[in-house]
Amino acid sequence: MDKLMADLKRQIIEQLNLKDLKPEDIGDDQPLFVEGLGLDSIDALELIVLLQQEYKIKLANAEEGQTVFRSVRTMAQYITEHQAKTA
Amino acid sequence: MFTPVSIAGAGVISAIGNNISQHLASFEKEEAGMQQRRYLQSVHDLPVAEVKLSNTALADKAGMPDHISRTALLSAVAAMEAVEATGLKDLSRWRTGFISANTVGGMDKTEDFYAAWMQDPAKGRLRDLVHHECGAATELAADRLGIKNYVSTISTACSSSANSIFFAARLIRQGFLDIAVAGGVDSLTRFTLNGFNTLMILDKQYCQPFDEHRRGLNLGEGAGYVVLVSDEVAATLPHPPFCALSGYSNANDAYHQTASSPDGTGSYMAMKGALEKAGLTTGDIDYINLHGTGTANNDIAEGTAIKRLFEGAYPKMSSTKSFTGHTLGASGALEAVFSVLAIRYGIVYPNLRLETPMPELPFTPETRFRKGEAIRHVLSNSFGFGGNCSSLVFSKM
Amino acid sequence: MYIRAVSAISPQVSFEQLVSSPAVYTGDRLACIEPDYTETIDPKMIRRMSRIIKMGVTAAGDCLREATVTMPDAIITGTAYGCLADTESFLKRMIEFKEELLNPTSFIQSTHNTVAAQIALLLKCHHYNNTYVHRGFSFESALLDAMVRIKEGDAKTALVGGVDEITDTSHNLLRRFGQYRTHAATTTLYEEGGKGTMNGEGATFLVLSGESNSGDYARLNGLHTFYKPAGIDEVEKQVVLFLKNNHIAPGEIDLLVCGDNGDTTNDSIYKQVRSRIFANIPFLRFKHYCGEYPTATAFALWFASHVLKKGTVPADAAIRCEKPGNILVYNHFNHTHHSLFLLSVC
Repeated sequence: MDKLMADLKRQIIEQLNLKDLKPEDIGDDQPLFVEGLGLDSIDALELIVLLQQEYKIKLANAEEGQTVFRSVRTMAQYITEHQAKTA
Repeated sequence: MFTPVSIAGAGVISAIGNNISQHLASFEKEEAGMQQRRYLQSVHDLPVAEVKLSNTALADKAGMPDHISRTALLSAVAAMEAVEATGLKDLSRWRTGFISANTVGGMDKTEDFYAAWMQDPAKGRLRDLVHHECGAATELAADRLGIKNYVSTISTACSSSANSIFFAARLIRQGFLDIAVAGGVDSLTRFTLNGFNTLMILDKQYCQPFDEHRRGLNLGEGAGYVVLVSDEVAATLPHPPFCALSGYSNANDAYHQTASSPDGTGSYMAMKGALEKAGLTTGDIDYINLHGTGTANNDIAEGTAIKRLFEGAYPKMSSTKSFTGHTLGASGALEAVFSVLAIRYGIVYPNLRLETPMPELPFTPETRFRKGEAIRHVLSNSFGFGGNCSSLVFSKM
Repeated sequence: MYIRAVSAISPQVSFEQLVSSPAVYTGDRLACIEPDYTETIDPKMIRRMSRIIKMGVTAAGDCLREATVTMPDAIITGTAYGCLADTESFLKRMIEFKEELLNPTSFIQSTHNTVAAQIALLLKCHHYNNTYVHRGFSFESALLDAMVRIKEGDAKTALVGGVDEITDTSHNLLRRFGQYRTHAATTTLYEEGGKGTMNGEGATFLVLSGESNSGDYARLNGLHTFYKPAGIDEVEKQVVLFLKNNHIAPGEIDLLVCGDNGDTTNDSIYKQVRSRIFANIPFLRFKHYCGEYPTATAFALWFASHVLKKGTVPADAAIRCEKPGNILVYNHFNHTHHSLFLLSVC
């Protein structure tokens, strides 16, 4: 799980072009949207692409993203759950 | 205050008809134009509202070569209908302009070129690329119509052709032109279909604008033009003008690149500004042609803005995108033509597939087609990406 | 109508540099000299911006600051090619990945109105906002719209821009159309002659005002465009008529700024206009500073405005012209899109 979260932080920075951030700047439980990192709806869509490209998980609609992308930890948990299901 | 500019002709092509009379028939029969893809090649199985003619058939109608962009072909067909409707025999004796709008330009051909060129840089037919620019589609149509005194193209996403129509009217009022054929066009492309798909705002079923359970929009294609004329030209017309453009406004939401502000600031300002320009009050409006794309965001933002502006006294309203889909650069013009027809024939268009009204709004769009109503003033909304919001007011003369 | 301020991100460093020792280029393209955008644009916004948007937003910001205008009454841009980098990025990925796993950001940023929209977003400006996308008339249409807004009394100030970029892809494709020389130099662009020119790019903004202010660059007295003239006779007629409508005789023009681009056929039009109408009038050319592109006339206005305000002409022009009072800018793009601008000193 820790490795997954570390990977995710790297991938988020790259996918969203957050050039002035390093993975260690993103807290495991830090809110990604509105406050915390302050990401917006376009970023949410990019994260949906990230999930599909790196983890082969497809979200059914954009609204699901609101819960899944709350923090790096919630993302990691979602990925772990869904990869276990498809495995 | 703005002195209204006469509209002497109109022309339109979309998924529900190749000309005005076919559109009127489809509206009356309440028959929408969405279906599975017939012409556009794509991996996605999404409903779209295509014009029911191949490029070859369009080229035949327009008297143009069939290898050129579908955008240019659609544009020419609708513009030719508009000019013919005026009954004016010779445009060249007046200062005539062609002001169009689109978002895709010749992308339908460019994406084919790229596919070949990416395999091999020496490949790809240059003739597929030569009309890539937005302005090129306009010029193919302008040249076909023989209009050259003033030619231009606007691209502001979904408000593009509303902007081109009122820019044309202003040029006439300020004495730059006597006649202006104004409107816009867009054809379906993989680029656009995929672009909107990444935004996750496409409906996998037929769209339901202003419905509580709406799922998104259906993309469409088409072209619409009106012919605006100066008072001097209006006096020479063989038959009375359709109606007049009496008000307009362009405001920017300045909230987010693609999402509208929840309270519909830009929409509110555009509608309010258009009414002020026309010297009208909300009570004067008999029908609103909604932008009504069917996305979660637009319909609540637009609805909220209407609630704020009209404050309890709501005119009849509907989204004709429930028939034509969202035609992007063409939508402002298509809906301008529908507004003009609404005044001429007293039509109220139905908002198709509305099952559950939105609980947040104190009004509901019309669900049945009506004609012979007293429609004196129509407000038409076009709100796009980039916060570009425009509203037009059309009035009976 | 007054040009209150002008600002350009172009292949030149500044007007002052251009006057004494302009940046020179060899090959077939010029490239903008760009500032460090991180100094002026918020990192949260800059991460999504492709190059052309950064150029546009920065030039616009500089212009507004110089004009001391915080909120213009209109923001109107002209761009012929739009946001090429994002368009190419989305298109290429769409083909490579067979329409799957595409990035919404590139699509959103690819729309032609993105520069004008981003400026509005940064300023929180709710006023009139428009984008013209008509080849060699893109900037001229934007400027005309602004002039009409001011004339109608619906705007006191308007921010107007002309923006176009080069990408490697667009350059290679335009090269296939035979637009460019194989090997040229800006220092000998006109003298060498031949087929083709050098590609250019730029983001140029001006603030237009209906009222005069101390510090104004120039007066904008007239604008006229004409499309696909039948031949040189019609070109001549249009130019003469434009001057007549603006109550000025050819002999009263102190300086001509012309859009020669080094291509022999292209430049023959300018040569004929000069000999037929402006035989003894000093003239300057500007495309060896900025290259050839559809919205290069925005750069021409930037250039002419500076000449009027500073009263100096570049050393490389090798002409004598001090403190010109009236400047006529004449340009055509590809023989089809002709524009005339009449400016005068404030």
